[in-house]
Amino acid sequence: MYRYDEFDHKLVAERARQFRRQVKRRLSGELTEDQFKPLRLMNGLYMQLHAYMLRVNVPYGSLSSRQLRKFAHIARTYDRDFGHFTTRQNIQYNWIKLEDVPDILEELAEVEVTAIQSSGNCVRNITSDHYAGRARDELADPRVYAELLRQYTILNPEFSYLPRKFKIALTGSPRDRAAVALHDIGLRMHRNEAGETGFEVLVGGGQGRTPFIAHTIREWLAPEHLLSYVESILRVYNMYGRRDNIHKARIKIIVNQMGIDRYRELVEADWEQIRDSVLKVPQAEVDRINAYFKPPEYECLADIPDELNDVRARIPEFDQWMSANVAEHRVPGYSIVNVSLKAPGLPPGDMTADTMDAVADLADRYSLDEIRVNHRQNLSFVDVRQLDLFTLWKELKLLDLATPNIQTVSDIICCPGLDYCNLANSRSIPIAQDLSRHFVDVDHLALVGDFTINISGCMNACGHHHVGNIGILGVNKRGKEYFQLTLGGSSDENASLGDRLGRALPQDEVPAAVETIVDTYLAIRLDGERFLDTYRRAGIAPFREAVYNPVQARAVA
Amino acid sequence: MQMIIANRLTDGRVVFMDDAGDWVNEIADGLLLVSRQDADESLAAAQQAVEENRVVDPYLIDVAADAGRRRPVLVRERIRAFGPSVGLVPQSRGVI
Repeated sequence: MYRYDEFDHKLVAERARQFRRQVKRRLSGELTEDQFKPLRLMNGLYMQLHAYMLRVNVPYGSLSSRQLRKFAHIARTYDRDFGHFTTRQNIQYNWIKLEDVPDILEELAEVEVTAIQSSGNCVRNITSDHYAGRARDELADPRVYAELLRQYTILNPEFSYLPRKFKIALTGSPRDRAAVALHDIGLRMHRNEAGETGFEVLVGGGQGRTPFIAHTIREWLAPEHLLSYVESILRVYNMYGRRDNIHKARIKIIVNQMGIDRYRELVEADWEQIRDSVLKVPQAEVDRINAYFKPPEYECLADIPDELNDVRARIPEFDQWMSANVAEHRVPGYSIVNVSLKAPGLPPGDMTADTMDAVADLADRYSLDEIRVNHRQNLSFVDVRQLDLFTLWKELKLLDLATPNIQTVSDIICCPGLDYCNLANSRSIPIAQDLSRHFVDVDHLALVGDFTINISGCMNACGHHHVGNIGILGVNKRGKEYFQLTLGGSSDENASLGDRLGRALPQDEVPAAVETIVDTYLAIRLDGERFLDTYRRAGIAPFREAVYNPVQARAVA
Repeated sequence: MQMIIANRLTDGRVVFMDDAGDWVNEIADGLLLVSRQDADESLAAAQQAVEENRVVDPYLIDVAADAGRRRPVLVRERIRAFGPSVGLVPQSRGVI
């Protein structure tokens, strides 16, 4: 894990002191709300429906157990005993007092965590594959480059007043678990014809009211040019991005208006000027950062499929969990364990302070002190000995964190919605709760298989509804909450935006509609097809008929 | 009927303006405004409270009486008054 150097410590401490003075000036009336708002946003502090909300960065989703314990402490001391993990690998606290924020920021700085740039029109928390450094199919650990970008973009004046917020995601694997095509810049490692590892650079992806899949701006970029190329993309955005209309200010609008070829020309022309400048990344610096992400000292173990299969044969519940929640590790004898924060009826991504402490303890005992946060609002232990899997499963079960539902119908992404958020049009968490209570039969979850349901309470799409296999968007019609369904979205390496199914439904009709869609898929799928495959083959018609004309659909069937 | 709702500056909590111009946590303790003139005058007083750094973003909400209980008309304001409607720990102060 990356450790702050003297410069990082100084910068973060100074920033916390600066914000303490700004809060003091606000409370004394020296600053008006209009003057204070941009200052608090730069420190991740929002005003939501019920209170201030503080968003804290988890850089590229990697957390130490010490940091998670600090999150628990903040929840217990300054909030209502819980926190909410978000789709951007961050944690949000919903009940923060303004007067407490300077103390909270200082406490977070003690464990090298900040809220800097977790809001505002700047480069936000840089996210990555939550299996980074551990995935079997990975070319290199993307967190090294995420950290390089973090250091370069943090408090960089050129990127502090962008036309709008800016999100960067990286993956080192061909299998995209970081939704890179839905980011302002997506970086995907791959090898060129000479066998050298570099980045495919994507630009202009995003969700919100105008969703776009990112375009490839450069097929292959040598890692030493990463900073200069990103800088050129941002320079062109700073020059051409619209500042007159907040709804047209993201880079995706400019890229799609002028076309990717024109945007590329502008970027490449700028880049020619700076590619060999001081921004060229020295290998020594990559090596220095790389040292922090060096894999831990693993024991020399072998995979133990026979032993595990014996236990799986005896205990079906363990077998279901192994199938759904445990992933391959690059080192023999080790596995990656996904910790489901989606037990039936619970708000997705929420976690109590006590559970955070318990998970930190489990990380110490079973996962070499490390926890990852992923964009589907679950956690992962990335270094678990296969010998410990059965014991860890029992421990997770006691904490209600072993629901075998990763990447299934009940593993739902969900924004805070109108229960907390100032921008929302409708609630979203109650829909997720209804659905997770509806789909509790784990045999059925396994039968349905790979599936994503994503719910947003407004068109800003924090719940990624555009890229859910089933997307659910909350809308407000004449003061009442309704829900618009989309089908066929995906955020993986073959990303796609969902298609609108039909008229919006009231809340109490949503679970039945989702069940109908799932049942229709089961009825028409071919061998080995995931929902997405069936949808792409059969189109929306059979699903639309089944949901909106059930009698006719049955007659035809 | 209307009431004035805002967030308190120091802790951000939802508050309602009462008949003394103070800011209270419970909707039941807030001032009900029945005439347009009352609403305008109270909103002006609320703006004064903004300048005095007591509250942020005050505005009028429509309120109806429901079984003897005040209930904001819009779901958003009901959630602000009584919510959130969900949570890991019990939080709601009434039926949304």
